[in-house]
Amino acid sequence: MKHIVKILSLLVAISGFWIGLLQAAIIPRSHTWLLPIYFVVSLGCYGLLMVGIGLMQFPTCPQEAVLLQKDIAEAKDFFKHKGVDVGSD
Amino acid sequence: MADENESKGEKKYKYSIIIPTYNERLNIAIIVYLIFKHLRDVDFEIIVVDDGSPDGTQEIVKQLQQLYGEDRILLRARAKKLGLGTAYIHGLKHATGDFVVIMDADLSHHPKYLPSFIKKQLETNASIVTGTRYVKGGGVHGWNLMRKLTSRGANVLAQTLLWPGVSDLTGSFRLYKKSALEDVISSCVSKGYVFQMEMIVRATRKGYHIEEVPITFVDRVFGTSKLGGSEIVEYLKGLVYLLLTT
Repeated sequence: MKHIVKILSLLVAISGFWIGLLQAAIIPRSHTWLLPIYFVVSLGCYGLLMVGIGLMQFPTCPQEAVLLQKDIAEAKDFFKHKGVDVGSD
Repeated sequence: MADENESKGEKKYKYSIIIPTYNERLNIAIIVYLIFKHLRDVDFEIIVVDDGSPDGTQEIVKQLQQLYGEDRILLRARAKKLGLGTAYIHGLKHATGDFVVIMDADLSHHPKYLPSFIKKQLETNASIVTGTRYVKGGGVHGWNLMRKLTSRGANVLAQTLLWPGVSDLTGSFRLYKKSALEDVISSCVSKGYVFQMEMIVRATRKGYHIEEVPITFVDRVFGTSKLGGSEIVEYLKGLVYLLLTT
């Protein structure tokens, strides 16, 4: 099944549930009408939260740049002795 | 020696490492050195797909072939810049390994992670092992706050819309079973980093077993802004395309 079909089915199911709530009137209708807005806003907030958390926990590796320079120097040295002309960057 | 391996129940696999290059005269030599350094007991070949670099990349590769052997380093060049996807397809045609590794030539991908890719695949029998920069043990160096923010935002959006099953969608440091790569690449049409996304999303949809290993990524393109408005538009278009067609 294509992914978009899965997502649309999910939305259809949620809409069906919402219409059911409207008809059954378990929750006062005025509240039920607002539920989609609450849903979209919570989804937005959840997204922002995930971005924020991810940003705070973003893994960095400053030591890798240093190690890379060491590796480059090691390689250049190796090639100098083997006659491969790597020149300079 | 073959008996030794057989009695241990181990099969020796061959790995083809495809590296597309364009003006990577210095970096290609360093990458080759590092690959040989970190894959000492592994049967592998390096396939350099150069798109007619004017800086002498191919000359360096030929010198490296003299040093390491033409059976270990294959130069399969093309006349001009023809794009990443076709570079992989071109390299694949010449690959004789059981597995194919794709990686960048600019040293943002460090060959020291190759053993961990291989180990992960052998442990889990995964069809694809992809490097991720976004988990503990991985990381990025050289990105400012804005860049990290866009990356994170793009990732959350992609996760919400596509449910891709991997944490790093745009990464291009990956190990594939040769048959898996051939299968997935034939159905991908995008360009650039959207191509990398399309590869991994299509592989997920097809049900391939995908594992991740942490990698560190040292961004070598200092100072230039690789994330302009047009890149963001490209990305969003790519997301919508993948949402609708995978």
